[in-house]
Amino acid sequence: MFLEQLTALIKKDLTVEWRQKHTLFGVLLYVGATVFAVYMMNGQPEIKVWNALFWITQLFVAVNSIAKSFLQEHTNRFRYYYTITQPTTFYLAKVIYSTVLMLAISSISLLLFTVLLGNPLVKTGQFIAVSAVGSISLSAVFTFLSAIAARTNQNAAMMAILGFPLVIPLLMILSKLALSAIAPVYVEGWLNLMLIMLALTVLVVVLGIILFPFLWLE
Amino acid sequence: MRNSWWKVLCVVLLAYTVIGGFLMPVPARFILNETIRNLYFHVPMWFTMMLLFGYSFYYSLLFLRKGDLIFDIKAVGYLKVGVVFSCLGMLTGMEWGTYTWGEPWSNDPKQLATAICMLSYFAYLILRGGIKDEDKRAKVSAVYNVFAFALMIPLLFVLPRMVDSLHPGNGGNPAFSQYDLDSNMRIIFYPAVIGWFLLGLWISSLHIRINILRNKKENAF
Repeated sequence: MFLEQLTALIKKDLTVEWRQKHTLFGVLLYVGATVFAVYMMNGQPEIKVWNALFWITQLFVAVNSIAKSFLQEHTNRFRYYYTITQPTTFYLAKVIYSTVLMLAISSISLLLFTVLLGNPLVKTGQFIAVSAVGSISLSAVFTFLSAIAARTNQNAAMMAILGFPLVIPLLMILSKLALSAIAPVYVEGWLNLMLIMLALTVLVVVLGIILFPFLWLE
Repeated sequence: MRNSWWKVLCVVLLAYTVIGGFLMPVPARFILNETIRNLYFHVPMWFTMMLLFGYSFYYSLLFLRKGDLIFDIKAVGYLKVGVVFSCLGMLTGMEWGTYTWGEPWSNDPKQLATAICMLSYFAYLILRGGIKDEDKRAKVSAVYNVFAFALMIPLLFVLPRMVDSLHPGNGGNPAFSQYDLDSNMRIIFYPAVIGWFLLGLWISSLHIRINILRNKKENAF
């Protein structure tokens, strides 16, 4: 029952995404334009700057693309969902949908980065793993914040204001994790840091599941 | 008078802190010298801030459970005064840093953590400003407060692992408690902490009482 509803909701979101191709390609163009702007400003930067720029780009892309997960839905449609499903199911479906979207977008932006800004990757697999974990945690945080921002009037700006302070520490951990995949530097306690990152991601999702029902009720 | 003994205590303790803090002998330490007196003002600001944010978190939880607007007013009151104390702590810390570390801002994890806390609590105040409806505002901001507070605590423990600290007791620096905080300082420091705690609670209780009255007046027909 729970799984059926969950898959149905995710499928619905992905189908809507596919049918409204202009928003999907809009996001892709946003990534492309951002990376190109960074390239025009900076050319091919050194390793540490490359890493920092990559994560900043991820942050901005996450804010802009995941904002849609709640903001694109009309208020009246929430009432309809309320009658057919549980709030936790609905929230989890949104988290998974935005994670899928974010994973796709971040792999595209990684590709663009390696093409335009040079390819400093030493351990490609490790870097991809870190950026996947990063996409998951960023989308978990911003999905919840978009649920909050959907209740206010100035939506997109609100997401940035609420989210940036919370994700600064996450981004710091991520860039440190990623740095060991780019440069031949030894990062002390890499595995521990990775476990902390995963634990924080789980914490964000659990907090969202606990708190979302309060947001949902009017 | 029976209920206001703690206000008298607050005034007495703070008077003692200011007078004793500036006049009593302090140990002469290398680099720190007389700036060590800032300990009586800077450190209690953080303690009070954390206490007030903790209260605010507690009342936000209570609001989500019970749904009474009084709890929301309390949560906001404690939070706003906590923000004031965090600004004061930041200013006193930056001034202290200017004389001991050589610059007001030196990428210290505690400084960074406080800056992040301040940003997220300012965001909370902006969030409240963005919602017109009273009940909705209370609910949404309570949810954000719980989310931010619960997420902030683990992050603040992680952050010091990322950057080196200049604070006493971190990154190989000796803590105050080991030798700097001798018994002469203790007899002022502990009363100072209690005095600033009481001041924080006093200011927030006034703020909360005004807002409860305002709320009553607005809802009276």
